[in-house]
Amino acid sequence: MSAARRAADTLAIAIVLLLMWQALHFVVGETALPRPVPTLAYLARLVTTARFAENAAATATAFAVALILAYGIGLAIGVWMGAHRLSGAVGEPILVALYSLPKITLYPVILLIFGLGISGKMAFGALHGVLPVALLTMAAIRNISPVYLKTARSLKLSRWQTIMTVLFPATLPEVVSGLRIGLTVTLLGVLLAEMFASKQGLGFLIMNAMSLLQTEEMIAVAVLLFAFAALANALLLWIEHRLHRRV
Amino acid sequence: MTRVGRIRLVVIIAAIGALEVACRTGLIDRRIVIAPSDMAASLAGILASGEINSDIVQTLGVIAAAVVLSVIFGFALGLLIHALPRVREVLDPLFATYYAVPIFIFYPVLIAIFGLSLVPILLIGVATAMVAMTIATLNGLDRVPRVLTKVARVHRMGRLATALRLQLPAAAPYLFTGVKLSVSYGFIAVIASEFILAPAGLGRDIADAYADFNNPRMYALMLFLLIVATFVNMVLHAWDLRWAERRGREPS
Repeated sequence: MSAARRAADTLAIAIVLLLMWQALHFVVGETALPRPVPTLAYLARLVTTARFAENAAATATAFAVALILAYGIGLAIGVWMGAHRLSGAVGEPILVALYSLPKITLYPVILLIFGLGISGKMAFGALHGVLPVALLTMAAIRNISPVYLKTARSLKLSRWQTIMTVLFPATLPEVVSGLRIGLTVTLLGVLLAEMFASKQGLGFLIMNAMSLLQTEEMIAVAVLLFAFAALANALLLWIEHRLHRRV
Repeated sequence: MTRVGRIRLVVIIAAIGALEVACRTGLIDRRIVIAPSDMAASLAGILASGEINSDIVQTLGVIAAAVVLSVIFGFALGLLIHALPRVREVLDPLFATYYAVPIFIFYPVLIAIFGLSLVPILLIGVATAMVAMTIATLNGLDRVPRVLTKVARVHRMGRLATALRLQLPAAAPYLFTGVKLSVSYGFIAVIASEFILAPAGLGRDIADAYADFNNPRMYALMLFLLIVATFVNMVLHAWDLRWAERRGREPS
């Protein structure tokens, strides 16, 4: 499919979503759901305010640190469990079970340990992101074709050379998939934390707008986060596809 | 039990034991985490008193309703989209992005529209779980071997018979994956909604116990939810394995 056609399709989806939004507005009324165009205009004004900058910065900081933690710890667990077969066999079902649990139930524990500040948000975001990164990294290492390793051995590559020229490039596409999913769920974790108990951040802004019945602001922030997540995902998907094509 | 299974059991028991010891010896402050045995005792008391029965019924009921609706409508939508290739082409990027965006941030919007009741919780549950079923249905239908359609033609089977006796069984493993994901997403969305803002339910109970500094109650309720979620996931996993085994034994 050509790029132009894909762009046209994406545009078509956006237009249909906007029309559905407008139609829903007519059904439920102005107070419950404002019209799309004024809401987007409101968003354009909102992003220039200091209040928005402050809260966006709080979310961005928590998200960035949570992401670094999730990637670091997730990759370490994934490499360990992928390279050491027994650990992988023992640990994988435990990780899978943890992955499908509603982790929001554990948020009060995080709050009790880290307090109400930004560190709790970081920890909760990281808790979400670690598992998919670890699981996909482990799978990537396990699925390396044995031929690659045999080739490395017959070429008498050193351990370091094997890692850098064989293992790393061979596992990269799948690891990037893990990083992409990790990014998504880490963002969700940070936002959930902000929605539950926080006095700062975009998640807080949404909950605050809801309690003040400022539906315009609530939807504007939600749409912005939606767009950010979609763009970040599209970028990583694009990298992922390029990597897959190269291997 | 296999060796790996035994080691896994030992690891889990050791982790719980370590937490117990750390709490009993005061290494971990009681105000932060209580001992696992205390959690279990507190849960037994709460369950025996019957005080959370209505919340259990409500939460599990909403999850069940969300999952059933998601599976039915997700499957129907998958069938429809599969029959319309051009529509599918347009929708593909949406499916690729759907689980990457935090759909949950629209929960407050649903509250604004429908009020604080079970409706927004049910809707956010369906919105989260349904698309997984649609994607799984599309995957399953894509992977029905072409030879089966030829077999159907050779035997002069009607459309309905082909769908029910060949296509549906062939796509079944993928459909079951969709059901599993729907259950998992349904759980997460409903509990998270109750946690953030809800008239009642187990998630709301936990949030209230947290606000009251009532750790024994909070940990007991958490333990209950985690046990239920783990049990449901294990049952689904066991079914999956059993079906995979049966399919493996059939002559193909």
